[in-house]
Amino acid sequence: MSRRAPPGPLDYGRRLWLRFSLWATFLFLYAPILMLVAFSFNDSRRNIVWRGFTLKYYEKAWNNDSLIEAFTNSLTIALVSTVASVILGMMTAVLLWRFRFPGKAPYEGAMSLPIIIPEICMGVAMMAFFARIGWPANLPWPLNLGAITIAHISFSFPFVAMVVRARLARFNPELEEAARDLGASQWQSFRDVLLPYMRPGLVAGGLLAFTLSLDDFVITFFTSGPETVTFPVKVYSMIRFSVTPEVNAASTVLIAITLFLTTIALWLQNRAQSS
Amino acid sequence: MVRDPHGRPPIISINGVSKSFPGGVQALADISIEVAEGEFFALLGPSGCGKTTLLRILAGFETPSKGDVFIDGRNMSRVAPNHRPVNMVFQSYAVFPHMTVAENVAYGLKVGGGDRSGIPARVEEALELVRLAGYGDRSPQQLSGGQTQRVALARALVKKPRVLLLDEPLSALDAKLREAMQLELVRLQETVGITFVIVTHDQNEALSMADRIAVIEQGRLLQVASPLELYEYPTSRFVADFIGKMNLFEGTNLGCAGGVLSVNVNGLGRMDIPCEDNIEGDVGLAVRPEKMLLYDHRPDDRLAYEAIVDKIAYQGSETRVFLSTGDGINFEVSVRNASRRAAAESASGSVWVAWHPADTLILRD
Repeated sequence: MSRRAPPGPLDYGRRLWLRFSLWATFLFLYAPILMLVAFSFNDSRRNIVWRGFTLKYYEKAWNNDSLIEAFTNSLTIALVSTVASVILGMMTAVLLWRFRFPGKAPYEGAMSLPIIIPEICMGVAMMAFFARIGWPANLPWPLNLGAITIAHISFSFPFVAMVVRARLARFNPELEEAARDLGASQWQSFRDVLLPYMRPGLVAGGLLAFTLSLDDFVITFFTSGPETVTFPVKVYSMIRFSVTPEVNAASTVLIAITLFLTTIALWLQNRAQSS
Repeated sequence: MVRDPHGRPPIISINGVSKSFPGGVQALADISIEVAEGEFFALLGPSGCGKTTLLRILAGFETPSKGDVFIDGRNMSRVAPNHRPVNMVFQSYAVFPHMTVAENVAYGLKVGGGDRSGIPARVEEALELVRLAGYGDRSPQQLSGGQTQRVALARALVKKPRVLLLDEPLSALDAKLREAMQLELVRLQETVGITFVIVTHDQNEALSMADRIAVIEQGRLLQVASPLELYEYPTSRFVADFIGKMNLFEGTNLGCAGGVLSVNVNGLGRMDIPCEDNIEGDVGLAVRPEKMLLYDHRPDDRLAYEAIVDKIAYQGSETRVFLSTGDGINFEVSVRNASRRAAAESASGSVWVAWHPADTLILRD
């Protein structure tokens, strides 16, 4: 009898073909990543046959100074560009949400340009721009990362602005007026009402900016010099010779860091909402 | 006209306020109102008439294009919302979702700075006032609509404003709760003694709560009066029609002599109405449906017209009877169902519609 009855909204998971497509999606998404992680522990110079468990490639990666340097560079750039993108993106979102000004529509369009322009064009443009204005090349660390960081901010903050703007569209302006009515100054009502409301958008936008910056290759490639190699660029140069488990190991660490930071961010957000 | 037994100056004085929005929309035109201290004052009008704009001018969220607003004797023209001696209950209640009930109520006390030691006691007192004692630790998401509104009230009242502004406070509640809250608001106002200014489009709400009502239509102030005066003696056709139900007749003024105004009413002929002073120009006459009675014979002591019953609408406590004369004049008569027998009997066929001449209103606008 139950076989003949039409499935309810939650019953579709019991259908065979739907379950199959669900598992197929998971497989396509995560099989390569699981493979990457698994083979980072493989006791072989080649990534093909499983020869037993080892941690020696982690040790090797840890002792590879240029890889660690690239890793540090990537994290530094990602952190700085995330903080800057969140602040800049938030300000842009509030500006576009709250004010009417001449040329607002073109401004809004121009702001989302970095999202739609092909990355390769952005990269070439950035390279040409920094060469033209004569950006100093031989600065000490971390100032030598300036050009890359600026490039990363310029393509990350529109994403933050978009996420925050979408959230602001559902904001009840009476909330801010209520704060003003109760005696809050402009700044206090921003801090006490608008900022807590934007927080989930800021966290989501920040995560987006962080990931975008961490794994960007094209634009970074064009703006980096010999002294400023980031992790993706370094991996690219390493696999030109051979794909060693060392690369797998370093990538696994990167995945772990990203997962860890995402979990922290989500946990913070949950705690803020439940309290 | 401000009635203040102690002869104090009005707490709110709106002097010739106009408001135009960019794009040429005139929201308010030359409004002047005075509100006495401790009054329950209602701004009443259809949606889009400008009453909310006027309330927002009092709160400081809009600035008048012309005219001045004085609150508690001070000109408010250059005073920001956070420095005005008023607090507002918003239509959406605008309770902060990321704060608990107690934090919401305490916000206005904390944000101003100063001594914080007395805050918890004042918050508790305010929550008791709106009958929400013990709800301080709840989050707004856990409250019903009526409770959320009480939080908004407590949050505004805890600051002890000189004037409390309420923007359509009952429009989001269901009918039963709305009636209960009307009584609750009146009780609250009597307890705290603060001047209340309420915006509403619901005439019943205004009539049952307010001491005085200002009727606004298309940005113009039509009449400011007590509920009784407004209902029984409206001065314009709009007010007569907007407040309650009304039978309106148009006619030609035949002149006033010996305290009697004679009007040639279109379709009904000459009517003699008692009047106090000389009235010139065309006039409208109006009679409330409940002032009219139905007879099966012509009564001698009142104005009476024969009409045919078209339609009957039974509404529980009363029955509305729609009639028309051969000349195309329509009447609406409200019959009170004082007994079950009366409710079961319904008028039909040809009857006489009659009323006392003194119950006829003379409208000049």
